[in-house]
Formats: sequence, C-alpha cells, structure tokens
Amino acid sequence: MTEKLLEIKDLHVMYRTDDDEIYALNGVDLSVEAGTTLGLVGETGAGKTTAALSVMRLLPDKVGIVKKGEIFLEGRSLMRLTEADMRLLRGNDVSMIFQDPMTSLNPIHTVGDQIAEVLKLHYSDLGGDAIEAKVDEMMGMVGIPAERKGEYPHQFSGGMKQRIVIAIALACNPKLLLADEPTTALDVTIQAQVLKMMDELKRKFGTSMILITHDLGVVAQICDRVAIMYAGEIIELGTVEDIFEGERHHPYTVGLFGSIPDMTKKTRRLSPIEGLMPDPTSPPSGCGFVERCPRRMEICFGASPEAAVRGTHSVRCHLFAHPGKEATTR
Amino acid sequence: MSVPLIRTKNLKKYFPVGGGLLHAVDDVDISIGKGETLGMVGESGCGKSTLGRLLLRLVEPTGGEILFKGENILGYGPGKMKELRKEMQIIFQDPFASLNPRMTVSEIIAEPIKVTGTITNQEELLERVFDLMEIVGLAERFVNTYPHELDGGRRQRIGVARALALNPEFIVCDEPVSALDVSIQAQILNLMMDLQDEMGLTYLFITHDMSVVKHISDNIAVMYLGQCVERAPADELFEHPSHPYTKALLDAIPVPSLKNRKKLDVIQGEVTSPIDPKPWCRFAPRCPMAAPECLLLPPELMEIGADHFVSCVLFR
Repeated sequence: MTEKLLEIKDLHVMYRTDDDEIYALNGVDLSVEAGTTLGLVGETGAGKTTAALSVMRLLPDKVGIVKKGEIFLEGRSLMRLTEADMRLLRGNDVSMIFQDPMTSLNPIHTVGDQIAEVLKLHYSDLGGDAIEAKVDEMMGMVGIPAERKGEYPHQFSGGMKQRIVIAIALACNPKLLLADEPTTALDVTIQAQVLKMMDELKRKFGTSMILITHDLGVVAQICDRVAIMYAGEIIELGTVEDIFEGERHHPYTVGLFGSIPDMTKKTRRLSPIEGLMPDPTSPPSGCGFVERCPRRMEICFGASPEAAVRGTHSVRCHLFAHPGKEATTR
Repeated sequence: MSVPLIRTKNLKKYFPVGGGLLHAVDDVDISIGKGETLGMVGESGCGKSTLGRLLLRLVEPTGGEILFKGENILGYGPGKMKELRKEMQIIFQDPFASLNPRMTVSEIIAEPIKVTGTITNQEELLERVFDLMEIVGLAERFVNTYPHELDGGRRQRIGVARALALNPEFIVCDEPVSALDVSIQAQILNLMMDLQDEMGLTYLFITHDMSVVKHISDNIAVMYLGQCVERAPADELFEHPSHPYTKALLDAIPVPSLKNRKKLDVIQGEVTSPIDPKPWCRFAPRCPMAAPECLLLPPELMEIGADHFVSCVLFR
C-alpha cells in the first residue's frame, strides 16, 4: 500500500448560527494516497465542501467549529498548526479549486497578476523575471496563450476562467489539490476539455486530488477511489471498481445510480430515492439514511452502523454488518 | 407522425447588441406532434431558451412563423394571445428565482387562474389549488408556506403545478431539472412523464443534459449557435449521430460506468461569437472533419433517413 498523503480521522464539524446548531460532519474518516484521485460524491448538503474546507482550515470563522477529530498531511497534524504556518501550507502544499470560476477570480486584477500572486507569496526569493517566466509556463500548461496574461477575467470564457483558476492552484506544484465541483458550471464539451487537462496534469506532476462532485459519470472517468457521502458521513468507500462494479452497496448508493437516466438502455421510469435528506440540526441517533431507506430494519433506527470492510471496500450499513459471513476483515 | 400541435417555419430572432446583430435563433424549423416531447439540446448560448420563449411569444420573433394547431399565432392581437396562453405554459429552470418570494404556495399556483379569470369563486379556486398540489405530489400542509421554506424539488413541483393550473396542452420546460440534485431530478422527471401520460401533454423539453433528454424525448433537436444542426427520433439520434457536433457532444458526456472508461474525446476550441456570424457552417472552426467546402456555402438541413435531418456538407 502506498503512503498516505492525507488522513482525516473521525472528523466532526458543526456550524453554529444564532438559531441552530447544524451538524455538518458526523465522524468522517478518509485518506488519500500519494498520486491518486479520490472522488467525493454526494448531494447538496451532504458535507462534501465542509470536508474540503476543514482540510484547508477555511471554515467560516466562529461559525464553523471542528468539534472532534484530526487531519494529518504527511503525518503533520493540521489542527495544531498556527495560522501563520497554515498560511505557508495553503497554496503551496494543498490548494483548492472552487466551483464557480466566475466568482473565484478577482475582477480588477489581470489573470497574470493573479497567478503571480501565489508565486510571490510562496517563493519570496524568486525575482520578477523568474515569476513572469513561471506565469507564462503555467498559462501555457493550461492551454491559454501567455500573451493574454494582461487581460482581465471578464475577457475570458467560463472554461478559460476555470483553467486560470487551475493554473493558480497548481502554480506552486501542490501535493494535494482539492477540486470542489470544478466542472459543474461548464458545458459538456468544455467540461471534457478541463477534465482531460486535469488528468494530464495529475499524471505529469503526480499531484493527489480530491474531486468533489455529484456527477458519477465524472467520477467513473477520472477517479481511482470513491467515497460516497450522505448527511455528514462517508457511507461507502472503495476503489472505482468496487463502487461501479462491486456487488454489495449501501442502499443510498443504489438509489443514486437508479436516479441517473441510463444512456445504454431504455427505461420508462427512473427509480429515485423517495424523500429528502434529514434535518441537519438534530444529530442522527441511528443511521442517517433510515427515513428514506427501502431496506431498513429495526436496528437501523437505534444504532449507527459501523463500517463493514471487505478488502478495499467498506459500506456503513447494517445489512452488511451481521456477524459471521459478512464480518469485517480489517 | 400525427399532425403537429406546434411548428415553426424559418423562425428567427436577432438581438441588436453593441457589435451588431446577435443571431440567437436563426432559421429554425421544428414541429411537435400532440402528446409528444421534443428534446432541445445544446450548450449555453446556443439559443435554446430563446426558442422556448419565442414559441410562447414572450419574446417577439424577428422573422418566420409559429403555427399552433395550424394557425400562425404571430398575427394574433393581445386579446387573442391572452386566450391562447391558457393553452401554452412554461416551467423555468431555476425554482429559486422563478417563484415570487412574497407569495405563498397557494397564491403562486392560483395566480394564472386569477389572471385569466377561469375560476372566480374563492372556494372552487382553493379546491383547484389543492387538486393541483395533489397532482404534483405536494402535501396539503404546504399550502400556506413561502417558497424559501421549501427545498428545490418541492419548489420545482410548485412550478409544475402553476404551469398545469390552466390545463394547457403545450408546456415549454426550460431546463426544469438542471438545478436539482440527481435523486430529486429523477422524482421530477418521473412526475413530468406521468403527467404527460395522464393528460396528453406536449412538451418542448430544453436541456443540456444528454442522458435526461434521451430519457424523456420522442424526438431530439440539436442546436448550435442559433441553428438546428440535427433532428431525429431519440433512439435514432443516439444510435446514429451524424452531425460532427452531435458526435462530439455525445463523446464528451462522462458515462457512469467503467466499461467504456475511454480517454475523454475532446473537441478543441469554444463556441464562437453569435454576433453577425459568417454565412457558412458555424461549427466549422471546431469541427474535426472540416473541409474547404465547409467555408463556401451554408449547409442546409437534409433528410438522411426516416425523420432524420442533418445540416452538414458531409451529407450533401
């Protein structure tokens, strides 16, 4: 097994507002190995972005609170770093791409200056010429002519803006890239261009990646491992083969696949998951999916299921937790 | 094929903008038979939403004809148009922006009925609202809630109920599920297909999601920069995509399966400007199969199979 680059252990995060306490993450365990891509899949409100923001330590101040848990990057505990140390790490070791390229660039700075900014911060010994040369190189790498570095974000199309964002994120050659729905706002042909480019860059530089998405198609194309999130928990985790071709699945995963119209065969009706995600203001006592689950049992209401692990594949569901034949193997 | 409920002939809409004329919809002919669904696909900016609005005359066309049950509705005056609107409705993309935040669910659903004066009795009106809520699967307890209290799926159900309020025959569905999560999207798609079966509705279904369009459509039209480049029955289009753009569009879709975990086939470049486009093929600059003759003549829509039309010089 390869070395673990990122390890998240039993992470609990909550958002405290004036009215409510929202339980966003309820015990997330996750790891990313060097040079691999992990797909983090789930619906709106599942906690995908919260998990990524926790790694960056960018949870909203005083509102987003890490209640419990640890995050290690190459064995260093991120929770214990000072803000100054964390700032050195952000953009250099770990960087993040946000969903909407239209709003994540500064409209009043040229794109060249925005790529240069991250280089100036992290490589203070580089001279102006060296930085400019690096900016040209980054722009070339994401397929935008370097002559356009003096232009402003509004002069670029959506796909090109997202490529600039990727150039900024990769400028310092980070070990880990957190990509939060990087292609959701783009058209399919542009999405294909951006995904292909990200995949090539990953191979070239050996960058590890967490790709947050709700699109299982995107996951199938470029991920090595997949974690499926629901109501602040990882309910299924495995290699892409485990998730897309394996036999045993969490009922939520089954529902997620049933909701996608299949391009290869003709079905008159989709089989969606009935109901909605549980209210995140009250922490779940049993399984978080129980209200919508077509295969629920009595035990599901009372006890939160443990992960049933078999090889590289783990499912957090009582269906697979019975002692005996389905016993855990770790 | 049955007699078309609605069809367009050489429909055009040019918007005057700073740099010239933006050809949003350029010479589009479509026809939809009663009880059928025409799926309209294309990338952002290709004119598909404008086309939907043109059909309802929410935007006035620059030229061409719109025939509803054989009559050109562009000649209708305001009074006749108001009558006609009872038969044609629209569901918008964004259930967060298309509902008035200061109106309750029942007010929103009752609005079209009040505007047209179809039902004047208050009790009957409320009864109709409850009926509609039941049809779209909204629990009665939501009748006095405001849109912000509801999630996206329920909000879109309100949008559907509002569109159904006048018993229309034809509904333009402008990306009704793209703002929703997949599991909710599937609920709404099922609902819309059930309603079509029960009420014999005719849909123009606008989307950029190829898997959704295949699922719901009888026929599909592919648009690129204001023009319809290919039109065919849904199965035929997916089995024999013929226009290079349609092929590129299908190749670009990430499929949720490892069997064809292909290298994503990518067409280069981006959509060119729709402002005063050149008279030749608009896809030529990105087309992997472009030939010199592509830049000579505008391609015309030609029939290459049963009901299968393509506009590309390859088929000339």
